[in-house]
Amino acid sequence: MAKSKKYARVGRECVACGSCLKACPRGAVRIVSGVIARVDQEICVGCGKCARLCPADVITMVERGDEK
Amino acid sequence: MKRKWYDYLWIAEIAYWGLGLCNILFAWLGVFFFCIPLFIAVFGGNKAYCNRYCGRGQLMGLLGKKLSRNAPPPKFLRSLWFRYGFLTFFMVMFCLMLHSTYMVFTGAPLRRTLTLLWVFKLPWQWVDVSIAAPWMAQFAFGFFSIMMTSTVLGLLTMILFRPRSWCVYCPMGTMTQGICRFKQGREDSENGRESKKDRGTA
Repeated sequence: MAKSKKYARVGRECVACGSCLKACPRGAVRIVSGVIARVDQEICVGCGKCARLCPADVITMVERGDEK
Repeated sequence: MKRKWYDYLWIAEIAYWGLGLCNILFAWLGVFFFCIPLFIAVFGGNKAYCNRYCGRGQLMGLLGKKLSRNAPPPKFLRSLWFRYGFLTFFMVMFCLMLHSTYMVFTGAPLRRTLTLLWVFKLPWQWVDVSIAAPWMAQFAFGFFSIMMTSTVLGLLTMILFRPRSWCVYCPMGTMTQGICRFKQGREDSENGRESKKDRGTA
């Protein structure tokens, strides 16, 4: 799968349900200490599957390099 | 991706409903669904139950593929005040259920009804609960009411919003995340103290 210019970023209101874990085809997501999901930018290909399934709608697709 | 044994736990959820509808006393099995996530959060410090083992979440995910509008949920649903408010409300209702169990234990008559969405009383007279003590049956009625209410809410929000919308305001999920956050905060402050101490002795 080719990398897109975007990657998934998880907002602070994440409920750590793990929907994104199952949605990610590359295993780029991990749940940190049962509190929040984190996406590894290096592994994420920016497909957006996690964002479409996130029940809390806290995952946004952002341009790589845009750290704001 | 290769499926693991825990990817099939949605079958356990269906089995729970099947058994509970046949005999209300099977509602007691639901206590596991309450205790296991708490146990994992307290001793493991994570939400592995929500992430891997929650049969209800898996079932909603599967049903949602066909039935959900997959629309973004309203923002208030994920807000802390709503999530903790719902948890508080849920716990109050749980305590009232325990109280009515205690009342039956002390001699009050058994009420053979299921209460759906905390308001609607469903008569459940046809079921035979004579093999158990009345208070055990009362607990089963109360517990099954809670499970049924939360499932109906979960299904409604699954249809209206995203498949696993229930996970956003699930009281167990809120509670376990709170426990994990508390544990992480404590570990962070302990690590901070230790590194300060190390710097002091160096």
